[in-house]
Amino acid sequence: MFESFDALFLARFQFAFTIAFHIIFPAFTIGVASYLAVLEGLYLKTRNPVYQKLFRYWVKIFAVAFGMGVVSGIVMSYQFGTNWSVFSDKAGPVIGPLMGYEVLTAFFLEAGFLGVMLFGMNKVGEKLHFFATLMVAIGTAISAFWILSVNSWMQTPAGYAMNDVGQFVVTDWFEVVFNPSFPYRLAHMLLAAYLTVAFVVGAVGAWHLLKDKTNAAARKMFSMAMWMALIVAPLQVFVGDLHGLNTQEHQPAKVAAMEGHFDTETRAPLYLFGLPNEETAEVDYALKVPGLASIILKHDINAEVTGLDQFPREDWPPVATVFWSFRIMVGIGLLMVLAGLWSGLQRLRGKLYDNSLLLRFSVFMGPMGFVAVIAGWIVTEVGRQPWVIYGLLRTADAASPIDKAGVAGSLIAFIVVYFLVFGAGTFYILRKMAADPEKVTIPEYAKHKPTMAAERIYDEEA
Amino acid sequence: MDYALIWAILISVAVFAYVALDGFDLGIALLFPWFKKEEDRDVMMNTVAPVWDGNETWLVLGGGGLLAVFPLAYSVLMPALYMPVIAMLLGLIFRGVAFEYRFKTKRAKGVWDLSFIVGSLVAALSQGIMLGAMLQGIEVTDRAYSGGWFDWLTPFSFFCGVAVVIGYMMLGATWLVMKTKGDLQRQSYRAGWYSAILLVACIAFVSLYLPYVDSYIAERWFTYPASVGLWVLPVLLVVITLGLLRSLQKRQEGRPYLWGLGLFLLSFAGFAVSIFPYLVPRSITLWQAAAPENSLKFLLVGAVVLLPIIFAYTGYTYWVFRGKVDPNSGYHD
Repeated sequence: MFESFDALFLARFQFAFTIAFHIIFPAFTIGVASYLAVLEGLYLKTRNPVYQKLFRYWVKIFAVAFGMGVVSGIVMSYQFGTNWSVFSDKAGPVIGPLMGYEVLTAFFLEAGFLGVMLFGMNKVGEKLHFFATLMVAIGTAISAFWILSVNSWMQTPAGYAMNDVGQFVVTDWFEVVFNPSFPYRLAHMLLAAYLTVAFVVGAVGAWHLLKDKTNAAARKMFSMAMWMALIVAPLQVFVGDLHGLNTQEHQPAKVAAMEGHFDTETRAPLYLFGLPNEETAEVDYALKVPGLASIILKHDINAEVTGLDQFPREDWPPVATVFWSFRIMVGIGLLMVLAGLWSGLQRLRGKLYDNSLLLRFSVFMGPMGFVAVIAGWIVTEVGRQPWVIYGLLRTADAASPIDKAGVAGSLIAFIVVYFLVFGAGTFYILRKMAADPEKVTIPEYAKHKPTMAAERIYDEEA
Repeated sequence: MDYALIWAILISVAVFAYVALDGFDLGIALLFPWFKKEEDRDVMMNTVAPVWDGNETWLVLGGGGLLAVFPLAYSVLMPALYMPVIAMLLGLIFRGVAFEYRFKTKRAKGVWDLSFIVGSLVAALSQGIMLGAMLQGIEVTDRAYSGGWFDWLTPFSFFCGVAVVIGYMMLGATWLVMKTKGDLQRQSYRAGWYSAILLVACIAFVSLYLPYVDSYIAERWFTYPASVGLWVLPVLLVVITLGLLRSLQKRQEGRPYLWGLGLFLLSFAGFAVSIFPYLVPRSITLWQAAAPENSLKFLLVGAVVLLPIIFAYTGYTYWVFRGKVDPNSGYHD
């Protein structure tokens, strides 16, 4: 089935596949870990049992997702070497230490305190338990910090020189870590994780409210989620715009592909719809708003916007993929803003839990954050092609000297295993979400008297 | 200062920590076929459930660390060991998710038991095969792996794989001796006894076979008088073996695991002596593989500050979950 592809394509596809699967779990666990910390903190402060219920409810879901994140993440840390050995040799001295810091500051922290968070409820006091939850949440965010620094350095390299064997060496670590696109990308991704989870939580709440709108735990969930949507979704639009301007400055070819701009022009149009055609360098069936792209990108209708014609053909990213992924991401983002505003309006009218249309819409929006996250990553990763280190190392020059058969074989194995294993995990998570949050049972916290048993704070229902 | 050497030692510490800690996690799964009672399996799994994730993190540090400080070794070893690396990763996936999935279902519990066993078996076997493949040597031309697709697979490397499987079983059994009681503990003593004897036989075989077929390694171990100091290792092997077997026989709960770690430490030292100063045996030394000094220094600052902190809170986690795992409690709300 792989006759028509070369080893390079298969290696790229393998990376895309494994990272697209992986990103779902950290995006989810970053958000849920913070949500759990908020819930436990609110419980300790207010002693309102609904927060404790919600904590116990979501921690079960978190445990499954975190496990999937860990095992799919280890694959990533070895895949640089198996399929991208030239890249590893050349860029290892720069990105390796950053990932080393990720392990030392984030992975150990999360893993070390996860045990206490999941199994230690009856072994440590409630303050210590809250501390463990906080450490897990902080660990997930620190992890995002380092890995996005790595990714951003590959997009906007800074603070480096080359040595005599062709490796990148660092001249300034601060410039490497805080490279030009990093702050924007980090903010955009963290907000994406929080928004994604807000909509998952909102969907679960809405689902249970549709069955019983007096369900107190579901009401609390839905209300918290919609506050997030109202505040964070518009914030994300703002941050996304800043990120876009930063990209315009450092990777104009990517923005040209996102916008479908083949030609450099003033009063550049914004394409609402269209099929970018690389052969003819035109957008077919275009539906466009003249001048709007100039306004969005330059905040000036008469400004000139760089098109792909400024770049040699061999440096073009695949235009249609980037163009459409971008529209999917932005479209979902706007729906999120809409959900936030709508819920705000309903809340003002005192009818947040009563509008079944809003509840249904929220259920529909549940998985949309993940779609937006993956679409966004496609925009930024496909958009920087054909470079793996932007402007410096081509993807085609970065791969391992591995036979096609090897890459194809491992690719098939990953596809089969991921769908099987993560499919099962998703099923278990959905089943947890279908359980009524009001029916969560609460065992006692330890009164500083550890017992000998490792008690699971969650269980099996089926 | 010789930063490359310091890092070689630190990476070795990470790899040894991985083997010592995840070794018993994997070992417990490898013992499942001999422990058929569901309640026993629940207890076995719960002895490691709170800590396995942290244990596996040492493997990420080993891999990530290698990329950071010895990028050339990383970019040669991964393609050279492509298939066992991928197999290990897939095995670890099946093993890792079993911890959670197993308690989420009654109907499919058997499926996730199997996933736990087979995943661990594949991971352990792959790790041993990689070890054996490294001892055999790896071909390199022009900063890239230039050997064949199946160079890693030989009777010797497969034997090393089996040896690691047995070794992990021994670690798993001695861990269970420490963490359980009653029938489960009695059975663990027995499993520890048999796996220990088999493991020592494997170690002895590899120690005698390698110098016999490989003149470089023979020279390393048998050059008089330079190698005399190394002969403390085989003497220690006898001492530790006797200590392990005695502690199992005397039913000393806490000791067998520590003696077992001693066996691993010795084997690890033997491995290091046999390949030093190469990181990619016979092709790339640790100094040739090292990243530029400023990368080594940058990460070293973090390692020096953070590793003690990591040891502290990891130790705390083990302390929180100390003592026997009670079969009558757990996994109920």
